[in-house]
Amino acid sequence: MNFAFSDEQEELKKSARRFCEEQYSSETVRRIMETESGVDEELWTRMAQELGWQAMIIPEEYGGAGFGYIELIVLMEEMGRAVVAAPFFSTVCLAANTLLVAGSDEQKQELLPGIAEGTRIATLALTEESGRWDADGVMATYSKNGGDYTLNGKKMYVVDGHTANTIIVAARAEGSTGEDGVSLFVVDAEASGLSRRPLQTMDQTRKQAEVTLDGVSVAGSALVGEEGNAWLAVTKVMDLASVALAAEQVGGAQMCLDMSVDYAKVRVQFGRPIGSFQAIKHKCADMLVEVESAKSAAYYAGWAAREDNEELPITAPLAKAYCSEAYFHCAAENIQIHGGIGFTWEHDAHLYFKRAKSSELMLGDPSYHRELLAQRIGL
Amino acid sequence: MDFDYGPEVEAFRAEVRDWLEANLPAGQEDSIRETFAGDERDTFMRDWEAKLRDAGYIGIAWPKEYGGRGLSTLELLVFNEEMVKARAPQRLNFFGEGLVGPTIMQWGTEDQKKEFLPKILSGEHVWCQGFSEPNAGSDLASLATKAELDGDEWVITGQKVWTTVAQYANWCFVLARTDPEAKKHEGISYLLVPMDQPGIEVRPLKQMTGDSEFNEVFFDEARCPAENVIGGVNNGWKVAMTTLGFERGGSVTTSYLRFSRELRRVIEIAQKFGKTKDPLVRQDLASHFTEVEIMRYSGYRTLTSVLAGKPPGPESSISKLYWSEYHQRVLKTMMDIRGLDGEIIEGEGYELDQFQYAYLFGRSEVIYAGTSQIQRNIIGERVLGLPREPKPEKSLSS
Repeated sequence: MNFAFSDEQEELKKSARRFCEEQYSSETVRRIMETESGVDEELWTRMAQELGWQAMIIPEEYGGAGFGYIELIVLMEEMGRAVVAAPFFSTVCLAANTLLVAGSDEQKQELLPGIAEGTRIATLALTEESGRWDADGVMATYSKNGGDYTLNGKKMYVVDGHTANTIIVAARAEGSTGEDGVSLFVVDAEASGLSRRPLQTMDQTRKQAEVTLDGVSVAGSALVGEEGNAWLAVTKVMDLASVALAAEQVGGAQMCLDMSVDYAKVRVQFGRPIGSFQAIKHKCADMLVEVESAKSAAYYAGWAAREDNEELPITAPLAKAYCSEAYFHCAAENIQIHGGIGFTWEHDAHLYFKRAKSSELMLGDPSYHRELLAQRIGL
Repeated sequence: MDFDYGPEVEAFRAEVRDWLEANLPAGQEDSIRETFAGDERDTFMRDWEAKLRDAGYIGIAWPKEYGGRGLSTLELLVFNEEMVKARAPQRLNFFGEGLVGPTIMQWGTEDQKKEFLPKILSGEHVWCQGFSEPNAGSDLASLATKAELDGDEWVITGQKVWTTVAQYANWCFVLARTDPEAKKHEGISYLLVPMDQPGIEVRPLKQMTGDSEFNEVFFDEARCPAENVIGGVNNGWKVAMTTLGFERGGSVTTSYLRFSRELRRVIEIAQKFGKTKDPLVRQDLASHFTEVEIMRYSGYRTLTSVLAGKPPGPESSISKLYWSEYHQRVLKTMMDIRGLDGEIIEGEGYELDQFQYAYLFGRSEVIYAGTSQIQRNIIGERVLGLPREPKPEKSLSS
């Protein structure tokens, strides 16, 4: 019985915090978020080659480091704490997970080593204009021509879709509905008929793009998993990505609490630090309760993801719903506790507030995840 | 990370489970109110306590030298888990075994340990807690009950309130002011006082549930031996904080079992009333499920730190605040789901069913053992290190 990080995982956490603080300072994050790409190539490469982060959950046989999901959530938490602007969530949590869940050995051999060494940015294009995260949201279609497939449609809100080298596209067989008929395809970003447009995002630290598929032709070998039967795999990937995102939210929420507490100790009004007023103190106490609860949820979900056990479908939406709301609440309270200064562009509070909102909506909002949970516990 | 208790502990669990199955008679925690009328309930509680004792389930984690079984914290936890799963009633001598016993182990002299600890285990002493007073609730340190030495005895005068199980107890651990000149935290002593004497009167307090679990206890020149002070004269505040730490942290690893069972019942009621199709109800139920599961996960984290030898600290305020506030929300959902059915009391008198009772009793949970507001102060000041409220200008009363 031991629900704590191991010594090695604690070490990883420390070194991750050091790297994020030194390399992804607020100044650097702001520089990156002003760019259209949203990625600093040099830092991205160092992250892979010096630290091996992109390789963390990739098995050694595919050029990875072969660690488990707990190491990944350690990294996600620290990256969330620093609002790191990089295509990590898209490349590792979405694309690598999809390949690990459903990819063929050839696809893994072809794509995972590049992800592990930081030379390939990849993403999953699931959502479309409706913004729905369920199977009905997939309207893009594929048709079969001999051994090849032709893809048509418009994918939206594709995380890092404008910089990805590889886009895994969800599309459905023409005429199919619901979960039946959904397939996944590995598509090269340079494929003929594929065009993409970066979207302006309120949270500038995580970029999104529109990806249009106009008669894009891919070979039969591009199919990920079974044709027309990919929704189960998508569900699993969504669970895994939810766990990772929940951990990122924990890191962000903790940082908001830390900022609030630090400020409440030094900001003096009416002749006393504002943290001595119960109105502020109790806000901070409530934030701590939420942060600690969010940690319990995200860490437990991380364990379930590592074990890949029957608890994962329960804890994943649970953690995503809870951590989303905890982060958003802490980010909003952080602005409130800072008062006017917290409303300025110069102060970092808005970076957290915006990330909190974008990650709350990413993969489905808390109500969506609670409904998933309700179904999965048999309600 | 792993969540395995190990084969030895699981073997102990099986032993406890079998024993409970064979020995827990009708009258389980959540039906005991419906099964027994007032006096029968008292008899049942006493008999049950004796049964546990005869089977060796009292003091299972106390050291052998004090008459316990010397088992590990994990085994105690497993015992508590099985008690909850079997829906066994709450322990009558919780205050003895769970609070004053461990406090005496930590602060008592050898003589005190020899005198009091075995009698907690034997059931000879049943304890109640004399802390809160009419004018000293959240601000406990302003308590006014005083104790003065008269030869080799303390003479105690004052009033305590919200004293649970005082009607069963024959001993009370009392916080009393022994130095009226000292600063308010520094003039308090922790006294062990026999209840069966002319200077003590217990009056039941009728609660909003209609029951009388709490009491007022009046001390009118009550007496106890001079040596019955724990942790030294005028050091009672520190000692009391130890006790409160046990009280606030005690249920952290098992409370989820109780809440999870309760939530299953709420879901059943929702299904019975056809409410699980309502998307708002589904959201609420999923939310409650989430919060109960997080209780379980957080319990594992706390357990991990307990097993690593860390004593309960101010962090226990986090779990107290969390579960007591959660409980208000789920009970509200339960009442909403039942609608006016929840208003109707079946049978004679004001005999509430378990959910009606829980709904009303729940109001006490965000008050006792430190209100939610006090918990937030503790979390803010002692966990987050925020500055304390400045002392008011010298007030008229002090």
